[in-house]
Amino acid sequence: MNVRIVFGGASSRIGMALCACAVAVLAAAPFWAGRDDLFLLSQIYCYLALASLWNLLAGYAGLVSVGQQAYVGLGAYVLFALAILAGVSPLWAIPLAGVFSAAIAIPVALLVFRLRGHYFAIGTWIVAEVFRLIASQVSMLGGGSGTSLPAAVIVGIAPSRQLRDFIIYWIALGLVVAIVALIVLLLRSRYGLALKAIRDSELAAICNGIDVKRTKFLVYCLTAFGTAMIGALIFLQRLRVSPDAAFSVNDWTAFVIFITVIGGIGRIEGPIVGTVVFFALRQTLSDFGALYLLMLGAVAILVMLIAPKGIWGLVVERFGWQVFPLERKVVLDAATVARE
Amino acid sequence: MEWVNVILQGVLVGGLYAMFAAGLSLIFGVMRLVNIAHGDLIVLAAYLALVTTETLGIGPLTALVIVVPVMALIGYALQRLVLNRTLGDDLLPPLLVTFGLSVIIQNGLLELFTADSQKLQAGAIEVATVPLASGVYVGVLPLVQFAVAVAVIAALQFIFYRTPLGRAFRATADDAQVAQLMGLDNRHVFALAMALSLAMVAIAGVFLAVRANFDPSQGPSRLIFGFEAVIIGGLGSLWGTLAGGLILGVAQAIGAHLSPGWQILAGHIAFLIILAVRPEGLFPKVRA
Repeated sequence: MNVRIVFGGASSRIGMALCACAVAVLAAAPFWAGRDDLFLLSQIYCYLALASLWNLLAGYAGLVSVGQQAYVGLGAYVLFALAILAGVSPLWAIPLAGVFSAAIAIPVALLVFRLRGHYFAIGTWIVAEVFRLIASQVSMLGGGSGTSLPAAVIVGIAPSRQLRDFIIYWIALGLVVAIVALIVLLLRSRYGLALKAIRDSELAAICNGIDVKRTKFLVYCLTAFGTAMIGALIFLQRLRVSPDAAFSVNDWTAFVIFITVIGGIGRIEGPIVGTVVFFALRQTLSDFGALYLLMLGAVAILVMLIAPKGIWGLVVERFGWQVFPLERKVVLDAATVARE
Repeated sequence: MEWVNVILQGVLVGGLYAMFAAGLSLIFGVMRLVNIAHGDLIVLAAYLALVTTETLGIGPLTALVIVVPVMALIGYALQRLVLNRTLGDDLLPPLLVTFGLSVIIQNGLLELFTADSQKLQAGAIEVATVPLASGVYVGVLPLVQFAVAVAVIAALQFIFYRTPLGRAFRATADDAQVAQLMGLDNRHVFALAMALSLAMVAIAGVFLAVRANFDPSQGPSRLIFGFEAVIIGGLGSLWGTLAGGLILGVAQAIGAHLSPGWQILAGHIAFLIILAVRPEGLFPKVRA
């Protein structure tokens, strides 16, 4: 008997087609959007990437970290250090920041994996605080008040400001597409099966022979790699870094968690929906200042209490839609069925 | 003599950290909930004390009579109305909801009181000192604060092991379902634990506000100090938590003495070293 495994169904074929169209339209944005719009879109991509990575970490591997700002800041600082002190082109510094941070994530993981559950969460936060305090001791990068990228480095990216904006925009789009695609591929692989098993029940996963610790370790380092590249890019776009901004728990962890939970944790589509909601709220309510953040916190609490699976969780329950082809179905070949 | 002074200051501050930690430890012990908003609630208590002292014209220590019950009520209501609904096998809901709460408290205080730093004035007691030995003077206020910290921990120890309420706490901590079968109302027991935790938060908040400047953004670092004290001392042991607070305070004092930029970092490093060599803490009662 021939048995095949197929991924997804009609909704994910439509979903992937729509995604491809959206990426094509967005890739052409420099030709139809203004400078402010490009800047806003790049920010959206960065948050989408951070939320997707956190979703992989917390939603699938069960590693609820509140210290991902450690890698955003580390990525940013590695980029500034390489560009200012070693004369490396900032564009090359982005992947290097990712590699360096993934290497740092190894000893960090060995340490914080000693803590479980909630204690793991706060342990990761302390690591981020340690990074922030160390960064503010580095006087070559401006210490506590931070530093700016020198004009020579900025001009080195591209001679005109417009071209620089375009390049950074395309890198942001390329990175977010690459990160989401990698997560989809990872989840379709055998590691994906392991991760889903861990997500549903850690004990059952261990009983089925999954090396839970190793899988979690790999996901932690992989997430550090992606998060640091995004961090490097965010601060390359800002042209200025400071310890408080780069290692901010609110900007790089609280909002990212809110986005993921509002959209729907444990689903690839969740962070996408959450990012759209987050930026829609931000664009309409940002005039309210602190009140806006207060409302965001309240919305996140309400979603968690009323619909813990998030907006996309409700959509899946109601319509069964799936944008990304992840669900496995066992199909018997037509020939086999006919013979029986 | 210089170092004796440094270590003494560290020990006295450590009492405050132990107070931050005791409430956190109680909540985790009874219902496996880590309250991310714990530090922000400490700052909230400080602002509550500020408003009380300014409107009634009373001293900060007298204000405790009002701030402690108000915070306890807030804790009871918070647990009954919000946090009880998040408890379960999944650790994300309580984490996210208390994270949201932390953002709400921080920004609410920012909106009401601005980002300016504030301080409570306790009057003459602030500058009064007593000589301990030749050349070693300690402030009366830090000494009072330390004595209160020890008393609070002792009181909590007494409640936990010698009273019916403590028996209910221990029963739900061991097995919430069986405790319910034995006639305990878990929702009520959890709410009482949170009320007790926030009563301690109130005491810690007032002493924090008398000791140093505070502003709405300070909560997270108070949470982290409390958390470090809990882990250094070992989970489930209240006297361990006091020891953890003292070790953290001394580490910070030594760091600050070496270089001002090293104060907080030295505390974190002490925590990480203990995590690396003795992850169960120095005086563990239960395994993490």
